[in-house]
Amino acid sequence: MLRFVAKRLWGGGLTLAALVTLTFFVMRLAPGGPFSKNRKISPEVLANIQEAFHLDEPVWQQFGRWLWGLAHLDLGPSTRFRDYSVNDIIASGLPWSLTIGFWAIVVASLVGIALGIAGALRRNGASDYLAGTIGVIGIAIPIFVIGPLAQAFFALRLGWVPVGGIAGGWNALILPILVLALPNIAYISRLTRSSMIEVLRENYVRTARAKGLGARRTVLRHVLKGALLPVIAYLGPATAAIITGSILIETIFAVPGIGRHFVDAALNRDYPLVMGITILYGGLVIVANIATDLVRGWIDPRVRHD
Amino acid sequence: MTDVTTAPRHLSTFQLQLRRFAANRLAMASVVILLLIVVLCFLGPYAFPFTGEDADFDYISAPIDFSSPHLFGTDDFGRDLLVRVMEGGQVSLTIGFLGALTAGGIGVIYGAVAGYVGGRTDRIMMAAVEVLYGFPYVILVILLGLLFGGGTVALFAAIVFTLWLTPAVIVRAQAQSLARREFVEAARAGGMTGSGILFTHILPNCFSVVLVYGSLLVPEVILSESFLSFLGIGIREPQASWGNLIQTGTAAMDTDLRLLLLPGGLLAAVLFCLNFIADGLRDAFDPNER
Repeated sequence: MLRFVAKRLWGGGLTLAALVTLTFFVMRLAPGGPFSKNRKISPEVLANIQEAFHLDEPVWQQFGRWLWGLAHLDLGPSTRFRDYSVNDIIASGLPWSLTIGFWAIVVASLVGIALGIAGALRRNGASDYLAGTIGVIGIAIPIFVIGPLAQAFFALRLGWVPVGGIAGGWNALILPILVLALPNIAYISRLTRSSMIEVLRENYVRTARAKGLGARRTVLRHVLKGALLPVIAYLGPATAAIITGSILIETIFAVPGIGRHFVDAALNRDYPLVMGITILYGGLVIVANIATDLVRGWIDPRVRHD
Repeated sequence: MTDVTTAPRHLSTFQLQLRRFAANRLAMASVVILLLIVVLCFLGPYAFPFTGEDADFDYISAPIDFSSPHLFGTDDFGRDLLVRVMEGGQVSLTIGFLGALTAGGIGVIYGAVAGYVGGRTDRIMMAAVEVLYGFPYVILVILLGLLFGGGTVALFAAIVFTLWLTPAVIVRAQAQSLARREFVEAARAGGMTGSGILFTHILPNCFSVVLVYGSLLVPEVILSESFLSFLGIGIREPQASWGNLIQTGTAAMDTDLRLLLLPGGLLAAVLFCLNFIADGLRDAFDPNER
């Protein structure tokens, strides 16, 4: 067990190192620079700015400087938002992104599992049909089509919630969370349904029913445990999917999270900010994957960690 | 004893699978609708005397009006919406199919080599895949989009580079189990070279797996294209793609949903069809599922 964790952490560390290195050098290789979009500035001023951000140094030296800062938990100054450090920007944006992402996963798991169970227990019934429809819609209609449509309908037409931003508090976050959850509801309900159907055919389920256990208790005690394993395995990849989705959601709903910052930073060649968010996202995905594997091994004795 | 002389006409596995697919109504309907959309996008623009980049100053932000020259109206620049959506569809569909084909091709060859050769080569090749798999997809695709400098080719390269991993992993597993089979052993004993075995025995036997998973790649590539174009990293104005048309539509949605609904609806329709086709192919070709 401990060996498994150590091995996975080592692998995750290697992946993160590769990601960070690749990101750093690819960003420098990409055409343009942090100050190339500015209005015309004299070469002297530009040279001064470049020097202030150490952009005049050789690239490997800049990388060393960045690593040194990272070792001290200092991700450097943002080149776009003057007077703000990357740490500041992440500290202000991360809570929003985490709130939306966390609740999206919670909603997706609860609704997805419920729909999947309902569908599997009453195959080809009304609830199965509903779950199937939501599943197909969630998978086939992209977030950036559903999101604006939801805004147009629930915010502009009905006026139930704000169109975007964060001024409305929780009210403003409902729509982003639901839209972000939708594709994952689709995946999770499909996974739950098919694994439920499989488990319902197992001998131990028939045994439980035969010895007189009620339908409800059989499902809760015996079926669910087996049926939820693939769903738990999906939670690792779901984290990556939520990150991808949150970039869109934050753009559509004008939420000042780090996803929106990431795209803006990439487009404006804000090297330190891109690096900061990259290492955060990379770490998050890796930790989520390892945690998923651990939980899986804890619940399912067939998954061996050696 | 059954009468052997009147045995049913022999059908190959492939023919059986095709029949099973053809019997799936949802999948067949999807094929027809998808073909109609493809024909509409590629031939439709010829029915109009203007292109999607021609601004018509007499009809700026015109609404839907089937009696005017601009059936579904125009955008803020007076450009015909329908023609732009069709032209954008050409870009999105072309990138989707070519991208899936390229990413699939790279993945298949990579995976087949790793799985068949095995040993140290396999370990090194798959370690590289595992590292790339650990990268959050968005970061990789945005970075590569930036590196190649925007535009159609850059977008294509970025998407292909991020999506060849899954086919590689799947084909490797298939090739690994095939490499241990007797007929491969026999071919080797008969003096066939490694690459000969790879191309005549391993790859053809991966066909149905590749078909099933490859069909899932197409919607994924189309989605990636529109995702990036929506964020402003992919196809840029004035060239149209479904992604940047949807983005424009989003900006105008408080006044006019038409600009969002037409490209968004068409994109959703294509994704629906592709998903149903992929499901149908899986049911028909993959005996492990179901």
